[in-house]
Amino acid sequence: MDIQLKKGILDVCVLASIKDQDSYGYKIIKDIKPYIEMSESTLYTILKRLELSNMLTVRTSEHDGRLRKYYSITKLGLKRIEDFINEWKEVMNIYNFVNKENNKND
Amino acid sequence: MTKLEFLIRLKDRLNGLPENEKEERVNFYAEIIDDKIEDGLLEEKAVEEVGKIDDIVAQILADYSIIQLATQKIKRNRRLKSSEIVLLSVGSIVWLPLLISAIAVAFSLYASVWAILVSLWAVFGSFVATSIASLPFGIVYFVLGNLPVGLFIISASSVLAGLSIFTFFACKYLTALALLVTKKVLTKIKSSLLKKECAQ
Repeated sequence: MDIQLKKGILDVCVLASIKDQDSYGYKIIKDIKPYIEMSESTLYTILKRLELSNMLTVRTSEHDGRLRKYYSITKLGLKRIEDFINEWKEVMNIYNFVNKENNKND
Repeated sequence: MTKLEFLIRLKDRLNGLPENEKEERVNFYAEIIDDKIEDGLLEEKAVEEVGKIDDIVAQILADYSIIQLATQKIKRNRRLKSSEIVLLSVGSIVWLPLLISAIAVAFSLYASVWAILVSLWAVFGSFVATSIASLPFGIVYFVLGNLPVGLFIISASSVLAGLSIFTFFACKYLTALALLVTKKVLTKIKSSLLKKECAQ
């Protein structure tokens, strides 16, 4: 997959995985894994980027005697997901058109 | 490798980063390893799954610009004794011009590589231009009856066309090579900035 494309998609995947309830690093990777492979270092970079662009917030909580960081989505993050869905509706339309034309000559 | 060994090694390799960022990154990996163990993995396996330290460092290098890393290094070097600072500033009469000239030499060498590339592309351009421009003259001579001159110009034009194709690929290859070397050198500089300075 194209690198720029993958970058954008991974951002939205991470946002989607914390949309319904706050989540933490390991769980995010696990939730996304069936759909797209992501290394821990990549996740760190993405979380940092999303935090800096105010799409998520971070809080540290105690879990089982140790500290764990939890990430929650912000309004801006929700909007990013919304935008992604709308953009991809257009892309899917184009895909359907290209696919239809491509199959005509088969 | 145990979790502790992994974290110590990672921390060591990230010495070039600001203290709080180093801490944050190391904590991030510690948390994930703990979560993997909690999920039922053996410690060894959990560490292995997080990935090789080299790969992690490579990813971190990509996150920072060369300027960020260099500024960080300068900041770290500020922790000097006052006597060292005096020595450094007195000595600056010697080392500052040397440093500046070393940077200037490195820069001019690099600039000359690109100057050569630009001139090669100019050669390519002139081949194309002459080849295209001479063809009509050759045809005109040929049609007007001056066969030898006409043939000569037309064949010269086609030779130039051939040469231009050859130079195009040569230029393209050399430009790509220069870009690749630039990228490699930048990564080298970055990783040397991140490394622990043993001298201090």
